[in-house]
Amino acid sequence: MRPGRWLPSLALVALLVAAWQLYAASGALGDDVLPGPSRVLSQGWEHRATLLDNALPTLRATLAGFALSLTVGFALSVLIDLSGVLRRALMPVLIVSQTLPLIAIAPLVVLWFGFDLLPKVLLVAFVTFFPITVALVEGYGATDRDSQALLRSMGAGRWRIFRTLRVPTALPYFFAGLRIAITYAVVGAIFAEYAGATEGLGIYMQNAKNSFRTDLVLAAVGVSAALTLALFALTYAVERLATPWARKGERT
Amino acid sequence: MSKLEIRNLNRSFDGVPVLKDLTLDVAEGEFVSILGPSGSGKSTTFSVLTGALPPTSGEVRVDGVPLAERPGRFAYMPQKDALLPWRRVLDNLTLGLEVAGVRRKEARRKVEPLLDVFGLTGYERSYPAQLSGGMRQRAALLRTVVQDREVLLLDEPFGALDALTRARMQQWIERVWEEYRWTVLLITHDVREAVFLSDRVYVFSPRPATVVKCVEVGLPRPRTLASYTDPAFTRIEAELLETLLEEER
Ligand SMILES: Nc1ncnc2c1ncn2[C@@H]1O[C@H](COP(=O)(O)OP(=O)(O)OP(=O)(O)O)[C@@H](O)[C@H]1O
Ligand SMILES: [Mg+2]
Repeated sequence: MRPGRWLPSLALVALLVAAWQLYAASGALGDDVLPGPSRVLSQGWEHRATLLDNALPTLRATLAGFALSLTVGFALSVLIDLSGVLRRALMPVLIVSQTLPLIAIAPLVVLWFGFDLLPKVLLVAFVTFFPITVALVEGYGATDRDSQALLRSMGAGRWRIFRTLRVPTALPYFFAGLRIAITYAVVGAIFAEYAGATEGLGIYMQNAKNSFRTDLVLAAVGVSAALTLALFALTYAVERLATPWARKGERT
Repeated sequence: MSKLEIRNLNRSFDGVPVLKDLTLDVAEGEFVSILGPSGSGKSTTFSVLTGALPPTSGEVRVDGVPLAERPGRFAYMPQKDALLPWRRVLDNLTLGLEVAGVRRKEARRKVEPLLDVFGLTGYERSYPAQLSGGMRQRAALLRTVVQDREVLLLDEPFGALDALTRARMQQWIERVWEEYRWTVLLITHDVREAVFLSDRVYVFSPRPATVVKCVEVGLPRPRTLASYTDPAFTRIEAELLETLLEEER
């Protein structure tokens, strides 16, 4: 990638950080309430071992939850695509599920499933499966009619058409949905930890806040943002590998 | 006896008739074209033949056997080339065989000797997006003929090409057809193309489609550039054009 592509966003981030530093240095809120970025960085670096120890469980919950989300999201999309009855039955339920406030759900899920990995995995899956399912269903719907007629003329059955035609057609849509989902994933895991956990960034933030360490709360926020960015970038890498034809648009 | 017989075929969409008492024949090894105004029901005819649409009434027989009893006897090339962009050219070419359950290796063995004839040698590993328009059409055509079905249904195979490429493709397909003698039913908008390639040309009316004219093209084969200036050629061309223009009114 050309460096020019990153320049605008880097410049914007630098500008925001500079403004933050200036405002914090003015002492309007006090160093404990609003620490400057330099303090967040230096304290974060000092506590890097604990931050890492807590980032790993969060990452584990995120990835496990996302794996579940992909499985469930795909399975639902197949059911919805195969049957109009199932589509009409499932879609409203799925949409309503996305209106449930996480703030009420998360403590309940922890109550039901304990303080281990399971409730976090479930919550991450819960907040991320929907964009994946919707993207896949839309993607299947974009299947070319001529291609479908062609495959049918070749004697292809429904399942054959689904896997040879509809799934590959849906891939670019899927990756768009995946990117939306992944931005919710880390936050979902942190939220679940916030509601009750023994380790993880969520519980770390809560502890830091309770001991008035705003700088460490913000350092943990920085780590979670970095995780999300890394996962987001990873989706592009996977997409490149999964859709090699998309880059071969130009004639050779 | 005809290879393909279509008898009094009717089809409507939501009560609107699109095909009306359509009757036509194609003999074994014959090249037959359908000319007709846009939206008349040409592609719909193919949809009925491939089994994608059931007819409202009427009959289709291949070798005297009703289509319903033995489906899957047509190799179909849709109006757009419908090459799957995520499959390499070779995998697009073997698609029909793959669907028919032929092993991948065997399917490739069947396709490979034809690559040269279709001008695709060296592009087996390319993606369709890397091919020129003419090459895409040849690839789509190869994908069609390699299925070894009894009748080829070609829906405007050259419709999307520029005039020069189209003329080249017509010359090329004439040469290749002389060698293989497939039974072909071709849809086209192009009167000259129909006359140049066909043994017989059917003219469809505007919707609902019915046959308004059937012209035997008795021009000697193989046809070459010289055929275009044959007086018989120009006479048939004028006759067809006149029929089409009259129908439009
Ligand atoms: N699935 C469908 N439902 C309703 N109407 C349809 C359907 N398919 C085709 N039609 C109608 O039937 C008519 C004939 O369509 P068809 O595609 O067969 O035309 P065509 O002769 O192939 O035209 P062109 O030369 O533009 O390709 C059109 O008026 C079209 O709107
Ligand atoms: Mg058509």
